[in-house]
Amino acid sequence: MHIEIPYNVSPRPDTGLYNAKLGIWLFLASEVMLFGALFSSLILIRSGAAHWPHGYEEGLNIPLATLNTLVLISSSVTVVLAWANLRLGNLKKGRMYLGFTLLCALGFMVIKGIEYTDKFKLGHLPSTNNFYAIYFTMTGLHGLHVLGGMIVFGYLIGPGAKMWDTERARYTNRIEVAGLYWHFVDLVWIFLFPILYLL
Amino acid sequence: MASPKRQLRVGKQWLFADDAEKLLREAIRIREEEEREAGLHEHHESFIRKYVFSTDHKWIGIQYGITALCFLLFGFSLMLLMRLQLAAPGKAWGILKILGESRAPGGVMLPEAYNQLGAMHGTIMVFLAIVPLAVGAFGNYLVPLMIGAPDMAFPKLNMASYWCYFPGGVVMLASFAVTGGTAASGWTSYPPLSDIATSGQTWWLAGMIFLITSSLLGSVNFLVTIIQLRAKGMTFMRMPFFVWAQFVTSFLLLLAFPPLEAAGVLQLMDRVAHTSFFLPSGLVVSGQLLNVAGGGNPVLWQHLFWFLAHPEVYVLILPAMGIISEIIACNTRKPLWGYKSLVAAVIFLGFMSFVVWAHHMFLTGMGTVISAFFQTTTMIISVPSVVILTALLMSLWGASIRFNTPMLFALAFLPMFGIGGLTGLPLGLAATDIHLHDTYYVIGHFHYVVAPGTIFAMFAGIYFWFPKITGRQMNEFLGKVHFWGSLVCINGVFFPMFIQGLAGISRRLYDGGQQYAHAQHAYGTNVFMSASAWVLFLFQIPFIFNFFGSMMFGKKVGSNPWQATTLEWGATTSPPLGHGNFAVVPVVQRGPYEYSNPEYTEADFLPQHVVVGAPEPASPGGGLLTHGAAAQQEH
Repeated sequence: MHIEIPYNVSPRPDTGLYNAKLGIWLFLASEVMLFGALFSSLILIRSGAAHWPHGYEEGLNIPLATLNTLVLISSSVTVVLAWANLRLGNLKKGRMYLGFTLLCALGFMVIKGIEYTDKFKLGHLPSTNNFYAIYFTMTGLHGLHVLGGMIVFGYLIGPGAKMWDTERARYTNRIEVAGLYWHFVDLVWIFLFPILYLL
Repeated sequence: MASPKRQLRVGKQWLFADDAEKLLREAIRIREEEEREAGLHEHHESFIRKYVFSTDHKWIGIQYGITALCFLLFGFSLMLLMRLQLAAPGKAWGILKILGESRAPGGVMLPEAYNQLGAMHGTIMVFLAIVPLAVGAFGNYLVPLMIGAPDMAFPKLNMASYWCYFPGGVVMLASFAVTGGTAASGWTSYPPLSDIATSGQTWWLAGMIFLITSSLLGSVNFLVTIIQLRAKGMTFMRMPFFVWAQFVTSFLLLLAFPPLEAAGVLQLMDRVAHTSFFLPSGLVVSGQLLNVAGGGNPVLWQHLFWFLAHPEVYVLILPAMGIISEIIACNTRKPLWGYKSLVAAVIFLGFMSFVVWAHHMFLTGMGTVISAFFQTTTMIISVPSVVILTALLMSLWGASIRFNTPMLFALAFLPMFGIGGLTGLPLGLAATDIHLHDTYYVIGHFHYVVAPGTIFAMFAGIYFWFPKITGRQMNEFLGKVHFWGSLVCINGVFFPMFIQGLAGISRRLYDGGQQYAHAQHAYGTNVFMSASAWVLFLFQIPFIFNFFGSMMFGKKVGSNPWQATTLEWGATTSPPLGHGNFAVVPVVQRGPYEYSNPEYTEADFLPQHVVVGAPEPASPGGGLLTHGAAAQQEH
């Protein structure tokens, strides 16, 4: 039997939020704590180190990483455009922009893969030193988040889009929630890039 | 028979209580009939959907409860084996042969086995027994009922939460079969020891990642449910204190667990990818220089771990306080004393719990300035705890108390938690902690908080809400045997720990302090403590019998046997309806503890949703509403 959960789609008047939107914000709060703990660990290990190599000295590829930053920022824009188009009732355009987002995410992962392979070829592994340890751990965990986002977008473009015909508002909400997550993944990279590559 | 004074509003009509009750029963009957018909015409809900991968918060709560109680018993038995070793170090016991030849050759426990049992006892009790019981079971079952919600906000996520917890437990148990045994570095898993430990530690980390995911999904769900799904009229300051306690607990779980997840990832990298996050340069193991890059910091783990684990202590105690509050209010037949200060205290406690973690680390050499800061915050956090305990104690004043089994456990909670809390103060002061750190005094302190504190509250909760879940009451005589036996024995186990600790006996010793010439007078109490522990086990047998026996043969009771005021008692049947909980959506009229209201003479309790007064609508939108009418009023 089906039961109706209140405020699943429309916002509750006194909080102004529907359930999933509040849920994703809370989830992101916990993600802030997760990455916050890792950034704090980086600060502690770096400040305790006698010598800390800079990313550019260690041969991290700054041009590729800059390109990746642009790719990821573009995907954040396209996901907003997707949501806006769905709000206007245009599934075709909305799906197209979702496709762009997914493509950008894929591009990001490919570029990241190239960077990783280069490092492995030179024999730079997580066990080499603590700089590479934190580099691989943090970018790896961020990569897993990108991968998670790709799975979600893939579902929403493909089989998940059936919901458009039955529950239009709910489908649009799903894009909004996925988009909020995606912005967070983008934001983590915006912090990772300067801290690992430039500083 | 209800007097003509008392009427209820149903839709737009005012009815006498008797008629309203008839209507309610009729509504329930029609609903059940509809469900039966739906079952005939559509498809029957499969066994797996209903009992294994259920999305009903009540069934998930029961799943959590049963699983967690099994783990509680398992964790307890690990301790019983350890206590055999402590009572007579190196003695061969027949029963220890169950540990296998690798751990206890000929029934003599090896030091490695003792460490494994210690680490697993702590891990299982904290992460697999108490938290799932306090939050997963009680929270899941009761929070939606108490706030008048049809279910949790995300029922599928709720199911996923249980099905992350369960494999987490399986991974932990499976590590007993791994070569080299389970994790053996204590429940705190301090590196470098844990970094270089046998592969059981990797299993421990994998299990923890499952458990952390489970608690993350659960906490988001609880917060959204409490914020979004409160019934009409259920304002924040009308929520039962139990719901407040769960609310703050969920915030702690949400924000404190991720740093441990980060720490777990780093330790996993250390163990699997051979990084050196927690391994300093020049570390010598067994006379050999460890071949790693080095440059790491073992204290970093302690910071990350205690950033979780101190809030975790409040995750263990706050739901217990919530349960105790409900039981005390109901059995004193009085409003809780100082509801507002209780709420303020629990919120303040939640905030403060994030800035006290380093009081576990006074002896890491982090400097006097930081020690001074953390001992100050630690003294401050004791204030809201004292406020809560005082309010509960004051609630007893002048009451004619009903001494039933749940109330006995609740009353015992107060002094037991008091002992546990007050003995914590010397540990929170950096100077006295130098002597007490890592002694049995610490073990005594936190066990008083968790065992006769939280676990007693869990028992109180089980005896109290058993009639709601099963429609039957547990046996009072067996309950009282369980209570008095447990109370005496549990003090026999834990009180001597203070004496041992003050005498300077360290924790985690394989021989329990036999080697300490200066502490022989305190060492001797080990036999008494071990005997108490085994008798404590015997006194759990009446509970186990009572629990299963009452399910089948217990006295049948109505929907509100304790004559309580909160929604889960007043507005639902026992057990509540399978779907949606309420036959009619309750509309809340007043605060949660309207007991012995002098202006209301019908009974000594006034449920939260019942409308009293003249036939004219006293407050717009009050009364019992049908689903349709409730929906109309929303817009």
